Amino acid sequence: MTSSLILAIVTFVYGFSSVFYISSWIFNKKILARIGAALAVVAIFGNIAGFILRWVESYGHGYGHIPLSNLYESLVFFALTIAVVCLFLEWKYKNSHINAFSISLAFLIFAYASLKAGQGAGDIQPLIPALKSNWLTVHVMTCFLGYAGFAIAFGISIMYLAKKALSNNGKGLMGRLPDYDLLDELTQQTVMFGFLFLSLGIITGSVWANSAWGSYWTWDPKETWSLITWFVYAIFLHLRHVRGWNGTKIAMISIIGFMAVMFTYFGVNYLPGLHSYGKG
Amino acid sequence: MSRKKKPKGLFDKIWDIFSSVRLSVLVLLLLAATSIIGTVIPQNQLPDFYFHKYGEVLFRVFTTLNMFDMYHSWWFRFLILVLSMNITICSFDRLPHVWKIVRKKPSFDVEKFRRNKDTQTFKIKGSAQEKENLVIALVRKTFGHCVVEQKDGGFILFSEKGRYSRMGVYVVHSSILLLLMGGMLGSLRGFEGSMMIPEGETSSQVILRNTNEARQLDFSIRCDDFDMSHYDNGAPKEYRSDLTVFENDKEIFKKRIIVNDPLRYKGINVFQSSFGTLAGNGATLAFTSKDSGMVYERKIAMGESLELPENLGTFTLNHHSNSYGYMGHDLGECFIGKLTHGEQEPQEVILPIRFNGFDKMRKGAVSVAVVDYEKRYYTGLQVTKDPGVWLVYLGFILMIIGCWVAFFMSHQSLCVECQTMGDTGCRVMVSGSANKNRMGMALKIKRIASLIKDV
Ligand code: HEM
Repeated sequence: MTSSLILAIVTFVYGFSSVFYISSWIFNKKILARIGAALAVVAIFGNIAGFILRWVESYGHGYGHIPLSNLYESLVFFALTIAVVCLFLEWKYKNSHINAFSISLAFLIFAYASLKAGQGAGDIQPLIPALKSNWLTVHVMTCFLGYAGFAIAFGISIMYLAKKALSNNGKGLMGRLPDYDLLDELTQQTVMFGFLFLSLGIITGSVWANSAWGSYWTWDPKETWSLITWFVYAIFLHLRHVRGWNGTKIAMISIIGFMAVMFTYFGVNYLPGLHSYGKG
Repeated sequence: MSRKKKPKGLFDKIWDIFSSVRLSVLVLLLLAATSIIGTVIPQNQLPDFYFHKYGEVLFRVFTTLNMFDMYHSWWFRFLILVLSMNITICSFDRLPHVWKIVRKKPSFDVEKFRRNKDTQTFKIKGSAQEKENLVIALVRKTFGHCVVEQKDGGFILFSEKGRYSRMGVYVVHSSILLLLMGGMLGSLRGFEGSMMIPEGETSSQVILRNTNEARQLDFSIRCDDFDMSHYDNGAPKEYRSDLTVFENDKEIFKKRIIVNDPLRYKGINVFQSSFGTLAGNGATLAFTSKDSGMVYERKIAMGESLELPENLGTFTLNHHSNSYGYMGHDLGECFIGKLTHGEQEPQEVILPIRFNGFDKMRKGAVSVAVVDYEKRYYTGLQVTKDPGVWLVYLGFILMIIGCWVAFFMSHQSLCVECQTMGDTGCRVMVSGSANKNRMGMALKIKRIASLIKDV
C-alpha cells in the first residue's frame, strides 16, 4: 500500500460520506447521516494513515520531512482538519444536518488534490533549505486549522442563505436544515475558532521568517493576503459583537471572508512576487 | 455621564468619532482594500521598470500616490495611525465602565434569574434541606465556588465566574498597539542590509537594502568557509557558512550558520541568504599542440603570461566571468585569455568550464582547455538589527491570550433555587446568564439541571 493509493481511496470515502449526509437531509432519514458519519470517521483514519505513511515514505527517499511542504500535501491536511472539525461540531451540537454541506468541502478539496496529484504535484520532494524549520510544522498546521474553521463557517453561511431564500415557512427540504439561530451561532463560533488559528498562523509565520531571514514582516503577497483575510474577519467580529449584526448580513461577510481565504491560498500564486511555498 | 447632557463641543464630537466601532470597521475595510494594491503592483522596483510597464501618465500618478512603496506611504501610515487612535480612544471610552463591572462586589437578584428565558424549573423528591449539600457539591464541581443564602423552606445558591474575561478584548487591542509600536521602533532604530564576504576574507561593512548606503558594524566577520550540498535530484539541500567574529582584531567566537540558524551578536543578526563564486586566482590549463599532438599541462595565475613550448606563442590568462554570451548563447562560467604569436593579431581564447572542447573550434595551432581551477565562493549574508522585535513578540503572545479569553471565556453567573413543597419533594429552579455565548450558557444550565434531577 502506498500513501497515494490510500489517499486516492480516501477521496471516494469522503465522497460517499457526503452523499449519505446529503441524502439524510433530503430523505429525512437519520440512519443515513449515521452512515455518513461512520464513513467520515473511516475517511479521517484513512486520511491520517495516508499522511503518516507519506511521512514515512519521505524518509525512504532520503529526505524525511513532515508532509506539509507543498500544495498537494497542504490540501490533504486541509481536508483532514475540516472533517475533524465537522464531526466535532456534529457531536457537540447533536445535529447532523450541519455537515450536509461542510463535509462535501472536505471531499471537493480531496478531489482537487487528487487531480493535482494526477498532474505530478503529488510527488514527494525534498525540502529546500528555507523550509527546514520546526516552525514549518506549527505554521502550516495552525494556518490550516484556521482555514478549516472559515471553510465550515462558509458552508454554514451558504446553508443559512439557502434556507432563507428557498424555505417556505420552515417546511420541506430547507425547513429541515438547522434553525436560523443555530446556524447563526455556528457561523460565529467557527469564525472565532478560525480567527484564533489564523492569528496563530500569521504569528508563527512571522516568527519563522524572523528566525530564517531576520524580518518578521516583508509585505510579500501571501503575507499581505493573509492580513487582508484577517482584517475581513476582524470586521466580521466587530459587526457581530459590537454592532449586533446577525443573520443574512453576517452570513454574507463570512462568505466574503472565505473568498479572501481562497485567494490567500490559491490566488496569490498568480500575483507577482514569491512565497517560497504553496506553488502548485 | 454629565458630558451627554451638555451640548457637544468639538472635542466631544471628535472623541465620539474616534471611539466608535463604525470608524474601526471603515478603517479596517480601507486597510484591507488598499493592501490589495501592493500585491498587484510590484513594490520597490526601479523607476525604469514602472515607466515601461505603466506608461508615463500612470507612472506620474502612481509615483505621486507612492504606489510603488505603498506600505510605507504617508496615506497608508495615516490609516494605521487612525486605527491606533481609534483603538486607544475606544478603550479609554469603555474601560472605566467595564472595570467597574469587573471590580464591583457581586450582587445577585433572584428575580432577574427567574425571569430569564433559559431558566429550567422542575421537581425532585426529598426536601431542600436534604439535598442542599449534594447540590452545593455538584455546583462546586461543575461550575465553581458558590455562596448560599438560606430562606424559608429552602435555599438559593449563587455562583459567578469569569469576571476578568471581560478584559480579554482590551488585551487584544493593546496587543495591536504593541505590534505597531514594535514595528515603528524597528523601522526607526533598526536596519536591514547585506554583506558579501569571499572565503578567507573579513568585512564589517553592510550595504543597506533600501538606500544602498554602506554602514560599519562594531565588529567584523570573517568567512572561513562556504559550502553547499545537494539532494540526488540536484535540488539544494543546505547552504552553510563558517564565520568568525572579530572585535578590535581579537577573535570573539566562531559559528557555523545555515539557513534558519543565524548568528546573533550585539543585537545584530546575520543570516545565510545567498552565495556566489568568485574569479579563481588561477587555473591549470592543458595546451594541445595540433602538429605534434603533445599535451602540456601548465599552472597559470590570473594576469600571468606563459611562453608555450614548440614555439606556439604566448598565452595570457586575463579574467574569469560567471557568464559569457557567445552568439546568443550563455556559455556559463568561463576563463578568458589571449594568445599572441609573433606578429599576428592576438586572438581571444574563451574557456568555458562546461564545454571543455570549445577552444578546438578555433582551429588554431594550439587548443586550450581547463583542467582544474581554484574555485572560491563568497557567502551572501543578510544582516538585520531590529530593536522592536521583543515588543512585537510580546504583542503576539498577548494577542493569542486575549483572543482566547475574548472568544472562549465569558462572565457567567448561575443561580439554583430549591424550595421544599410539602411532603412531595422540592421545586428546583436552575438559571444563569453570561455576557457572551448565551447558547453555550443555555446548554450548561440544561446540563446542570439534569445532573440535579439525578441527585
Ligand atoms: C486590527 C484591529 C482590531 C482587531 C484585530 C480587533 C479584535 C477584536 C476582537 C478579537 C474582539 C473580541 C470580539 C469578541 O468579543 O468575540 C474585539 C472586540 C471589540 N473591539 Fe476590536 N479589534 C480591532 C480594532 C478595534 C478598534 C479600532 C476598535 C475601536 C473602536 C475596536 C473596538 C472593539 C470593541 C468595542 C469590542 C467589543 C468589546 C466588548 O465586547 O465589550 N476594535 N476586537
